Amino acid sequence: MAWVNAIIQGVLTGGLYALFACGLSLMFGVMKVVNLAHGDLAVVAGYVAIGVITVTHIPVLWSFLIVVPVMALLGYVLQRTIIQSALDRSVLTTLIVTFGLSVVIENGLLQFFTANSRAIGTGLPLVRDSFTIGSKIQIGYLLVVIFAVAVVVLLGLQYFLSASKYGRLIRAVADDREAAQLAGADYRHVFGIAAALAFGTVALAGISYGMYSQLQPTTGTDTILLFAFAAVVIGGLGSLWGTLLGGVVLGVAQQIGAQINISDEVLAGYIVFLAVLVLRPQGLTSRRTQS
Amino acid sequence: MTVPGNSERAGNGTPLLEVRDLVVHHGQLRALEGISLRVFPGEVYAIIGANGAGKSTLLRTIAGLHRPTTGTVLFDGTDVTRLRPERRATQGIVMVPEGRRLFGSLSVEENLKVGATYARPGAWTIERAYELFGWMRGRRHQKTAQLSGGEQQSVAISRALVANPRVLLLDELSLGLAPVVVQRIYGMLPQILATGLTVLLVEQDVSQALRVASRVQCLLEGRTTLEGEPGELTPERVEAAYFGLGAATAGGGDAGGGNGGQPVPSAGHRSTVTGGQAMGPPSGGGSEQLWPG
Repeated sequence: MAWVNAIIQGVLTGGLYALFACGLSLMFGVMKVVNLAHGDLAVVAGYVAIGVITVTHIPVLWSFLIVVPVMALLGYVLQRTIIQSALDRSVLTTLIVTFGLSVVIENGLLQFFTANSRAIGTGLPLVRDSFTIGSKIQIGYLLVVIFAVAVVVLLGLQYFLSASKYGRLIRAVADDREAAQLAGADYRHVFGIAAALAFGTVALAGISYGMYSQLQPTTGTDTILLFAFAAVVIGGLGSLWGTLLGGVVLGVAQQIGAQINISDEVLAGYIVFLAVLVLRPQGLTSRRTQS
Repeated sequence: MTVPGNSERAGNGTPLLEVRDLVVHHGQLRALEGISLRVFPGEVYAIIGANGAGKSTLLRTIAGLHRPTTGTVLFDGTDVTRLRPERRATQGIVMVPEGRRLFGSLSVEENLKVGATYARPGAWTIERAYELFGWMRGRRHQKTAQLSGGEQQSVAISRALVANPRVLLLDELSLGLAPVVVQRIYGMLPQILATGLTVLLVEQDVSQALRVASRVQCLLEGRTTLEGEPGELTPERVEAAYFGLGAATAGGGDAGGGNGGQPVPSAGHRSTVTGGQAMGPPSGGGSEQLWPG
């Protein structure tokens, strides 16, 4: 039963990891930008939510409605300014620029919020309570909700990309930027929209993580970014549902590792990550390697 | 610098598309060395020339994908030289790029929808494209990778048409296609022109270009070697211009060679003496022996 519990917990945390990963995957898939500040932006969203809740005293869950659009707007603006100007030089430059952004964010957070860890909505029944199946399996409501949110977000993203005008343009620009320009599409604007989507999802993920665990200024790179990378690589780049599969595989591996020895939790996840890189570098869902 | 000699052509007033003394570099390489052309409404203007003559560069510069070093591109009298390609597309300069360049992960219909997203108002719709290419409707949900080369080219043309261009730029339609397919695609041109479009095309297949064009310009190593109407150009003259035979290599080489030589007006038609539009001082005697009348 302990193993079943581990697997269930792993699957559910996989939803959270998929939330982290889908924005990273989207930005790489569309504009070939590996956003090294991705995790830090999640943490920023979490801290902004804490700030909003403290200042306005709105219910915790309402903070999503404010923070997610604000972060999406920030995504559009950052993409149209510093990320685009880095892209105009070379894709490699975007690595340096987003790394720099990551450093600036982390130190900014340290400066303003200190190194103390913070959590969001600790008193809420949603965050605190759990239900049990049998005697050994205990599942927190929050993880179930986060998993459901992840599935809904992925469904929504998929619908947007496949059926909407801008979704179609995003895919077209990802396929062939120049041909899209010849069709009258301003790819910079389309990139901005893709970045807004990515930042919106990462904001959702960051606040969720703040409720599930705790946020520190460094959580962005030492936990979130790495887990997001692992989920993307395991699942396969450019596939939305691959990120969910990747997140679930990572989550299950971690929980099984923790079941063997509590200190092996993170290690087990990375062993699977490495195994996928060696045995199936294109990820689990991609059919073919793209050279 | 102006383009003399064209002014009396067609009597259509102002050209829809005009290129003046275009110089384009690819890094250190001078790809175009002062090209001028005027395309009047309703024309099919063909650029011919061998590989590396600069044909595609010229078309891509007109579409906005290359920045010229000097020179101007005028569209309907307005200077569009500094305009981004997407802005030119929405104003009516739409290109079918070389190699088709379809959106590979999108279906046929989605490719057309992208083309129609920023369309100008006009006669062309996705429905109408389906009427032009009958097979397309039944296979509109297929990914374009599953189509044959000719079918992909048809999709690429349709994707440009649904944007309702005023001038359609066609870059090497025949590339990689069987001759029968090429003929079939060029056979569609009259129906396309009937909607009031103007066409500027680049073609390596000279006979195909001469068959459909109302006016031809031949490029050689980034320079104009011949311009005129297909009816007044003898195969010998075209051949000489295409390969740079005779004086083009002997007398040219530098400055004055900008238009290698003078096509000799034949049979009293509206032939253009491109010799007058030299970018530099005429290089002298050599050019006169190019196409002995």
